[in-house]
Amino acid sequence: MSYLRAFGHYLPPLSVSNAALETRTGRDASTIEKTSGILERRYAAAEVSVADLGLAAANVCLENANLTADDIGLILFSSGSAERAFPGPASVLAAKLGLTATPAIDIPIASAGSLIGLAFAADLAPRYGNILVVASEIMSRRISDADPDTAILFGDGAGACIVSPEKGFARIADTALFTDGNYADALQLQHGGFIQMKGLDVIVQASRKIPRSIEDLLTKNNLKPADVSIFLMHQANVNLIRKVTTALQVPAERFFSNINHYGNTSSASLLIAASEWHTANPAPPTAPIVLAAFGAGFNWGAILALPA
Amino acid sequence: MSTQAGILKVIHAVADIPNDPAPDESLFDSGTLDSFTLPDLVTGLEQEFDVKIPDADLVPERFDTVSKIEAYLDSRKS
Repeated sequence: MSYLRAFGHYLPPLSVSNAALETRTGRDASTIEKTSGILERRYAAAEVSVADLGLAAANVCLENANLTADDIGLILFSSGSAERAFPGPASVLAAKLGLTATPAIDIPIASAGSLIGLAFAADLAPRYGNILVVASEIMSRRISDADPDTAILFGDGAGACIVSPEKGFARIADTALFTDGNYADALQLQHGGFIQMKGLDVIVQASRKIPRSIEDLLTKNNLKPADVSIFLMHQANVNLIRKVTTALQVPAERFFSNINHYGNTSSASLLIAASEWHTANPAPPTAPIVLAAFGAGFNWGAILALPA
Repeated sequence: MSTQAGILKVIHAVADIPNDPAPDESLFDSGTLDSFTLPDLVTGLEQEFDVKIPDADLVPERFDTVSKIEAYLDSRKS
């Protein structure tokens, strides 16, 4: 079995308001809030790397788990905004943690990457021991002010999770991952380019696929959406989160949301949300937890965690 | 109820519009539909007409006008 043991996150200090983006992109600040739910987002400083943000989140996570880097058996690093094609930030992070022989694998999938990392970790933890799943993104360097539809959405940040085979606050009971490459061009980042997104395709497909994946996973485990205490989702757009809430017919307060403060931090958003939720709710959970994400690929899925 | 009347019923349920759109009026250009209301429209059509609409068919071109929606539903029935 595998367990969620601890989370951690880090956000760079520079906050960028909608008013600042209005100046840059021409998109009205109130329209940005209305269409996305975002009030502000964080941007990393020029000298900061994706691995740097990941390290900051990893250190918080290790402290919360009462572990040291030497206790890690495997690193899974999700990022869609890494500085170079290879090697990715996983090996750099391992070196920054002082690890010289621990396997460190990149998951360059963007939005759904952290969910995929957690799902893989659930299967691999019994073999590798404690797995550090990190998701770190500097999407502010991958947007163009000439494309306000994407420029207003994205921010920077990092989240981390320890998946342990021994103990944790919740047991990972089941996972479901999906890919449909027919939409590979709908959300993409070419080498040296900027994020290109066909927003309508993304929203329409996500609105259908996320609730279905959650419902199917719950049904498979003899559960209903109403049985779930908290839904932790990739923070893409507050209107999308509301659509999933409506589709699953659960109260909105069961969906944790922090997109108003951080924007869409791609794959980092799920772990940042999970970390903030767990910090605010440190007591052992007494009801199921669902994590879900959707993004480029399209890749999507859900994870079910039960009280340990 | 005719197919077109059923389509208009679903459109009014998902979009706050005072009048029926013309059969060939673009629902996206007029602002009647957008990326967030299209999934609601499709779910409404599935329920109204008892058809299953695959995710792969969810492209705006198929649902841009009442006439196109009617033609699509006819193709699903056949």
